[in-house]
Amino acid sequence: MRSLLIRGGRVIDPASNLDAVADVLLSDGRVEAVGDGFGTPDDADVVDAGGLVVCPGLVDVHVHLREPGGEHKETIASGTLAAVAGGFTTVCAMPNTDPPIDDPAAVGFVRAEGLRAARARVHPVGAISVGLGGERLTEFGEMVDAGAVAVTDDGRPVSDAGLMRLALEYARTFDIPVAAHCEVLALSRQGAMNEGIVSTRLGLTGIPNAAEDVMIARDLLLAELTGGRLHIQHVSTRNGVEMIRRAKDAGIRVTAEATPHHLTLTEDAVDRYRTDAKMNPPLRAAEDRDAVRQGLADGTLDCIATDHAPHHYDEKEQAFDDAPFGIVGLETALGLILTHVVDAGILSLPRALERLTIGPARALGLDAGTLRRGAPADVTVFDPSAEWSVEPKRFRSRSRNTPFAGWPLRGRARITIVGGAAVWDERA
Amino acid sequence: MTAPRLALGKDLVGLETLDAAQIRSILDTAEPFKEISERAIKKVPVLRGKTIVNLFFEASTRTRISFEFAEKRLSADTVNIQSTGSSVSKGETLVDTARNLEAMRIDMVVIRHGSSGAASFLAERIPSNVINAGDGRHEHPTQALLDMLTIRDALGRLEGVKVCIVGDVLHSRVARSNIWGLTKMGAEVAVCGPRTLMPAGIEDMGVRVFPRVEEAIEWADVLNVLRLQLERMQGGYVPTLREYNRVFGISNERLIAAGRNLLVLHPGPMNRGVEIDSDVADGEHSVILKQVTNGVAVRMAVLYLLAGGEPEKAEAAKGGAHA
Repeated sequence: MRSLLIRGGRVIDPASNLDAVADVLLSDGRVEAVGDGFGTPDDADVVDAGGLVVCPGLVDVHVHLREPGGEHKETIASGTLAAVAGGFTTVCAMPNTDPPIDDPAAVGFVRAEGLRAARARVHPVGAISVGLGGERLTEFGEMVDAGAVAVTDDGRPVSDAGLMRLALEYARTFDIPVAAHCEVLALSRQGAMNEGIVSTRLGLTGIPNAAEDVMIARDLLLAELTGGRLHIQHVSTRNGVEMIRRAKDAGIRVTAEATPHHLTLTEDAVDRYRTDAKMNPPLRAAEDRDAVRQGLADGTLDCIATDHAPHHYDEKEQAFDDAPFGIVGLETALGLILTHVVDAGILSLPRALERLTIGPARALGLDAGTLRRGAPADVTVFDPSAEWSVEPKRFRSRSRNTPFAGWPLRGRARITIVGGAAVWDERA
Repeated sequence: MTAPRLALGKDLVGLETLDAAQIRSILDTAEPFKEISERAIKKVPVLRGKTIVNLFFEASTRTRISFEFAEKRLSADTVNIQSTGSSVSKGETLVDTARNLEAMRIDMVVIRHGSSGAASFLAERIPSNVINAGDGRHEHPTQALLDMLTIRDALGRLEGVKVCIVGDVLHSRVARSNIWGLTKMGAEVAVCGPRTLMPAGIEDMGVRVFPRVEEAIEWADVLNVLRLQLERMQGGYVPTLREYNRVFGISNERLIAAGRNLLVLHPGPMNRGVEIDSDVADGEHSVILKQVTNGVAVRMAVLYLLAGGEPEKAEAAKGGAHA
């Protein structure tokens, strides 16, 4: 295999505390060297990265690729193309497909389709319970052997506390995290948006913060009880952030995500019944958004994850109550974070990239997210000053459901490299 | 010809987006239309040649009939579509129905739908005028307009009048439209009911909250008593209807204790003996049947104005000239 030399970019590798103009040499699918002064090997292709940022390939531990069963929304091929277009080289696929990913054969299918698409790396996440039914544990061991990196019933909570305890304990056997969608259904009551003055004005059923907080509290206590690894998905509330902060201080093994939309939007985005702003957990109040930002800044929240949730146009073109939850995120995440988190002064560029690379990789135990010698040759090269505006019709995803249409953003991926090969090159 | 038109806009989706002048002009326009329903021949040619579809995705008797009378008394051609179904099929029907209506070039649509936002969803997708006859828990503007007209008839004004909305505010589109309309018209508005049936942040809509109905009665000039849907008890919002009646029911004893002449409204249909006792509903405080009569006049006014009629010409229009 030919080598690839990325020359003259600002190389930021948060995992090794590196932030300097340097060259990156990739060969045989691995990072060979980062530095300067080494010559160009004869067989190397050269990429000029002057003025660009070179960082480990971005990692998104929370995406819905919809295959099998939802191919009208997304496929593994289209979702991973959207991923690399957005700078992501690794994605973790949620199991709430139809049928769900709840056995080793299904895990193997997702992995195989990911390899066949040959874009971003796809790590399947298996279901916690058979059929996502919330009653019986799936075969964690068999699924891990087939390639699952974690388990979750994402999209719905594990309402039975006893089952969640068993999941956290059993997952220790295989040293995988249990990823939790924290929601008490009896409190969210089929709500459609955040509970507050906006839901009152629009006459929509509200989902109170407590629906999320009560479940986060329960799962943190169960993580403490069991010693299991808990990964809390899409944290959206101020109390949720605070409880995770305290749990980490107390030594509980917990990691957590923030989504780009909970970092940038509030419940006001739902005004005029915009179904593209309908997601679960819902967009919250400004104080919650600020707490999520603070949690991301101080490391309480380990990673940024998009919760990329494609839905077909027809499904969102409905009365608000009838439209499904979720928005696409892979192709807007980097620009949103650079513009509204980094440029807004909430995190420095290296810290923001940490939350997009080594942070998520560590949370799910993935061999990814760094440019250290010997690491997989997954690299994102992006232009931090490229100005563009979000045009859903240009998405590589099969779906267009985004509340960010028309937003002007600064910064976008130019070259995305997986295993030493450029799978996305916007210069072409 | 340059007289300023009332800028109601294309649609009447809710009162949140109207201002006091627009609301006042609807109420003023309703005044001359009241008389048409008192005639032996209850028909004027104001909307002759206009086609109106009454699109009801939710069961309704009185609102639909009230609209239909208003339309027929203004000589419009009307079609009723009644359709109920599951949540998902409702959604699918809505977008396709919108396209079909658009293709048939109808002039106006009156829509009742179980989902909040359904009326604006339709309004944004078709060129016809859309009138919201109730969407989920969002708004029911013509109900609030007829409530306000009835209060104004009885008390001669809205400004400074103290109106308390009693009951299930959480699930009530009537409450939301009344709160918007009344506050814009300068009335003082309060709500009263069990805390389980009060929406989050209701105080931010500019209303006071009375936990106990005795305090509300003490304060108010007008009580607008909401229907307690019987399924609220199954939902656990109130333990029993008996207790609801005992704690929040409007009874003659409670009104007498206030020692003042309160006006009692109810949007109907009533659960006698639950939120309102029969002796109140049928008694001297009640203006419930006047609300029904005013409903037709208010809906005529809205139809007339959305069709391009001018408020100051309503009197002349009903004499025979076209709007």
